[in-house]
Amino acid sequence: MSASGIAIGESRRSHPAAVGRDRFKSLVEGWFRFHTGAIYVFLFLPIVVVVVFSFNGTNRYLTDWNGFSLKWYARALSDTQVQRDLWNSVTIGIINAILATAFGTMAALGLQRVPKRMRSFYDALTYVSIIIPEIVIALATLILFAGFQNTANGFFASVTTVGKPFKVGLGQWSIILAHVLFNLSLVLLLVRARLSGMDRTLVDASYDLFATPWRTFRQITFPQLLPAIVAGFLLSFTFSFDDYVISSFVAGVGSQTLPLYIFGQTKQGVTPETNAVAAVMLVVTLTILVGGQFLLGRQSRRTGGSSATTPIAIVAEQA
Amino acid sequence: MTSLLMAPATFWYLVLLVLPLVIVAIYSFGVRAPDGGYQPAFTFDNYGTLLKRPGPFTSSLLIAISGTILCVLLAFPFAYFIATRATKRKGLLLVLLVIPFWTSFLIRTISLVIILGSDGIGGFLSNLTGQNVQILGTMWAVLIGIVYNYLPLMIFPVYVTLERLDRTLLEASKDLGAGRWATFRQITLPIVWPGLITGSILVFIPLMGEYVVPAILGNGKVFLIGNVLQLDFLSSRDWPAGSAKAVSLILVMLITVSFYLWATNRGRRGREVSLL
Repeated sequence: MSASGIAIGESRRSHPAAVGRDRFKSLVEGWFRFHTGAIYVFLFLPIVVVVVFSFNGTNRYLTDWNGFSLKWYARALSDTQVQRDLWNSVTIGIINAILATAFGTMAALGLQRVPKRMRSFYDALTYVSIIIPEIVIALATLILFAGFQNTANGFFASVTTVGKPFKVGLGQWSIILAHVLFNLSLVLLLVRARLSGMDRTLVDASYDLFATPWRTFRQITFPQLLPAIVAGFLLSFTFSFDDYVISSFVAGVGSQTLPLYIFGQTKQGVTPETNAVAAVMLVVTLTILVGGQFLLGRQSRRTGGSSATTPIAIVAEQA
Repeated sequence: MTSLLMAPATFWYLVLLVLPLVIVAIYSFGVRAPDGGYQPAFTFDNYGTLLKRPGPFTSSLLIAISGTILCVLLAFPFAYFIATRATKRKGLLLVLLVIPFWTSFLIRTISLVIILGSDGIGGFLSNLTGQNVQILGTMWAVLIGIVYNYLPLMIFPVYVTLERLDRTLLEASKDLGAGRWATFRQITLPIVWPGLITGSILVFIPLMGEYVVPAILGNGKVFLIGNVLQLDFLSSRDWPAGSAKAVSLILVMLITVSFYLWATNRGRRGREVSLL
């Protein structure tokens, strides 16, 4: 608002009708403020409740507050099932993130050089894989894996003449394969957004200076893509680490992940131990996000990249 | 070289996306094998029973539409405030918005059980009214959970369009004697429109397939299409019936979204809105 605006506002104040208008305006402003604040409370209250009740010293009922205590954390972390499920979640998350980031980036680079018609074919598949409800992907993948399992086991049974035939079943591999589909598309979109905003002249200059394609990639393209690649990696891990729907369909025996454990607990009644596990999960996710934000923020200040260099900004820009 | 770069993505798209969906379409015409699973057949019975009992579908549509409308109503003033009023703290406010979105969906939903339950708002309302108020296990609980989880998906695109809003246009409109409402309708709304449409689609589509929220907050009393799919595949193992529902779900979504895009793009040539 400029100085003239203030002057107009002041001259208006002498009229009774203008006073009413000002009051209306401040009422609207106040309501805006209240509405925004209320939504933040709405969004954060559940997170705060989870964390607070994980420190409950009660012996049985979750909402019976009985003093501050860390005992449920001790119990959760010494629970062998929680340990195994946490390990499963982390392994699946990391392998999935590595595969999705590598393949997504490769596809984004490759798509630059394919004919337009082929590119729109891949675009369509990318959007379909992101936009289809998760449950449909989950059940379709389950059907595929089950079919594969039957065929493979039938084959192994027919070729084995001595001893027990080799058997395949659902497990960590099936969760990873299913998670990579969604995350690959996510990375692809992030890296492509970055590629399109990239300065082409640097690549041309590099070629003019007789750099090989590989060297150009390593010294010019890759450093510029790095923020998007790291963001894609972190988001892929987070997605996989928190995923319930797909994992619940394609998990095999012994490959239960932490979200599956937590969901199972809710069926038997939530205890502070579940809350402690949940709080640990929250801390892991938040550390990754904030860490990524910090790292990439520093990196972008050094290289002076585009505005959207942090995972949060990129997601906001993509949406 | 290029085909080498594309190979893994091609594998994933063809083998883990297209192929499974084709199999689902084929299975939807089959019958349930005696011990569960699929037995080849060619029948429309799975679709027939679906038409006879469309209950979960209507509930899902109802929840998805009302959830989307609620998200629009809540997101618009919120995004408007952040885009136009919060100058210095904008970055912080946006980060605060992303944090819940990227923390576990499941955990936050479970937490709502405590908040809405007899030790939280439900109990509070019961004491206040002297009656036994149950929020959990009703459509309201599911609606609250859904809006809670998907609101950020509406806020982001609306915010991005509002951010681009040129303030001088608003001043020009005022200078030309337009009132608040006229300015909103003729300047702000057309600019925010693409954001609202993108947001609605981003919210509507996952809402149609939602099953975690009704499973946790619905206490088994709210039955959406996602819950039926889960039962068909993991409990009764009637894969053909489930496949028919999945195919119908995709069709319903495609029709709704295409109609929505067609209706909102009508007469707005040059301002075409794409899915993402």
